[in-house]
Amino acid sequence: MRRRYLQALSVIILVAVVFLLLPRFYSNQSFLFNLMLYLGLAEGVNIIYGFTGYLPFGYVGFFGAGAYGSAIAITFWHISPFVCVILGGMAAVATGIVLIPLLRLSGAYFAIANLAASQALYLIVANPTMEKITQGPYGIDLSSVYNADAGYYTMLAVLVFAMVVVAYIRNSDFGLSLLAIKEDRVTASLAGVNVVRARSIAWMLSAFVAGLCGGAFGWFTAVFYPSTVFSLDVSVFTIVFALFGGVGTLAGPLLGALLLYSMYNFIGISTPQYFQLFYGFLIIGLVLFLPDGVASILQKGKVYVP
Amino acid sequence: METLLDLEALESGYGLIQVLWGSSLSVCRNQSVLLLGINGAGKTTLLKTIAGLVPTWKGKIVFDGVDLTRLKPNLRIAHGIGYMSELGMVPNLTVEENLKLGGYFRTDKENRKRAGEMFDYFPDLKAYPKRMGGALSGGQRKMLGVAKTLMSMPKLVVMDEPSSGLSPKFVKKVIEVLKFLHERENLSMLIAEQNVSFLDFAQKIYILDKGQVTFGGDVEELKGNDTIRETYFGISQTVRSQPPSPVGETP
Repeated sequence: MRRRYLQALSVIILVAVVFLLLPRFYSNQSFLFNLMLYLGLAEGVNIIYGFTGYLPFGYVGFFGAGAYGSAIAITFWHISPFVCVILGGMAAVATGIVLIPLLRLSGAYFAIANLAASQALYLIVANPTMEKITQGPYGIDLSSVYNADAGYYTMLAVLVFAMVVVAYIRNSDFGLSLLAIKEDRVTASLAGVNVVRARSIAWMLSAFVAGLCGGAFGWFTAVFYPSTVFSLDVSVFTIVFALFGGVGTLAGPLLGALLLYSMYNFIGISTPQYFQLFYGFLIIGLVLFLPDGVASILQKGKVYVP
Repeated sequence: METLLDLEALESGYGLIQVLWGSSLSVCRNQSVLLLGINGAGKTTLLKTIAGLVPTWKGKIVFDGVDLTRLKPNLRIAHGIGYMSELGMVPNLTVEENLKLGGYFRTDKENRKRAGEMFDYFPDLKAYPKRMGGALSGGQRKMLGVAKTLMSMPKLVVMDEPSSGLSPKFVKKVIEVLKFLHERENLSMLIAEQNVSFLDFAQKIYILDKGQVTFGGDVEELKGNDTIRETYFGISQTVRSQPPSPVGETP
C-alpha cells in the first residue's frame, strides 16, 4: 500500500513540477492554464464517475457555480481572490448538496437529470432579473483583481489538490467502498458501507474540485459570461478526456486530458474545419475499441496504473 | 441455549405487495438453522428484511438483545450480522479487495490476520489473491463470498441459497466447508435453501410457505411430517409402503 501511495505521489510531484517550470520555457500561459483546468476537471469527474459510476453530464454546473460564487464574493466582499476561489468551491458544494437527491437515480436518468439541473442553474444565473447579483447575461468583470500569474499558480494548487484527493480515494478503504457501490450498492451496504454517506461525500468532493477550477478560471480570465462557464462543451470535453485516459485511476484522466486537449489545440488551430469530424470519430472509436480508456491497455498487461 | 436472533411476527414486502405475513423464528448462539422453502415462499425477502434491505412493516427483529428493526443495513452489519447474498462478492474487485471490503469495520492489522485465516480455510483463494472475483470459477466465487462474509467476524451468518448455480459436487463441498466453519468458529448460521442436502448440517429447520413459517423443529421431526416430506423429498410414507399397481389394472 505504501508503494502505491509513493507511485501516486511521484505522479503528483511530476505534474506539479512540470507546470511549475513550463512557463519559463513556453510562453503560452493561456494554453497551459486551460490544460491544467481540464486536468483538474477530469480528475473531478473521475471522483464521481470513476469511483461511483454516476456519469455527471451536468458537471459544468459545478464549474459555473464555482466561477460565479468566487466572482460574486470578489465583487461584493472585496476579499482576497485566493480566498474567493475557495468560496467558489464551497458554492459548488452547496449546489451539490441541493442536488444530492439526484443520486437516488441511476444510469441515464441520473445523467439527464444532472444535465437539466446544470442548465436550470445557467438560466437562473443568466436571467436579466439577477443582474444586481450575477450581472445576468452581461457577464462578470473582475479586471480590478486581474492577476494572470496568481490565477495560474492557484490553478496549479487546485490541480494538486484534485490529484491528492484522487490518490487518496484510489488507495484507501473509502475508495474501496466507493468501488463496491459502483459495482453493487446492495453488496456494498451488506459489507457495512454507508452507501448514502459515501456517495454523497464523493459527490461533494467532485463538486468542490469543479468549483475550485471555476473560481480559478474566473480569476485567470477576469471577464466571463454565463454562456462560457455553463457551456455544455466543458462537461463533454471533461468527460471525454477522463474516459479516454481511463477512469478509476489517478494517471488515466491526466493522460486523457493531456493527449486530447493538446490534440484539440493542434487540430483546432491547424485545421479547424476538421475538428468536429475528428472528435466525433475519436468518441466513436473510444466507445467501440477502448471503453476502459488508455490506462486499460497497461492494466491488461498487468501493469499497475497509479 | 441463548437466543441470538429473534424474529417476532415479521411482516414486510415490496411496495404494495406483502410477502411476509407474520413470520416468527429464532436462532440460538452456535446453532445452524436451515430455512427451507420453495421458490416464491419468501426466503430471500425474510433474509433481506433481517439485513434491512427490505423495510419491516410490522413485527420486531431482536439481535443479541438489541432491537434492529429500524436500523439501516450497514448498522445491522456492524452489530454482528454477516449477510451473504446469492452472488456474495464483488466481481470487479480482486480476491484481496473483496476480503478487505468484508472487513470494512476492522482495522488493517485485524484484516491482515483474518485474511490469512481465510486463505488457510480456502487454499483455492490463496492461489489467486490478485484475481478479479468475476474471473473465479462458480465454486471459488462461493468460497470467496463465504470468506468475505466471515472477514467481519460476525456473530451470525445469514446466507441466501449458497448452493445456487453450483453442481452437486460443489454443493457437497460448500456443505463441508460450512460444517467445518460452524465447528471451528462456533458460528451461528441461518441459511435459506431449497436444496435438502443441507439438512445434514442443520440443527434446526424452519419451513417457510407463502410468507409464513409453517414448521419449526429438528430433522427427525421434519422427516416424520408426511406433508413436508412429500413437498421437499417428493415421496410419501403411504405411497412408498404400497406395492405398485399392476399395469393395466385400475388402481
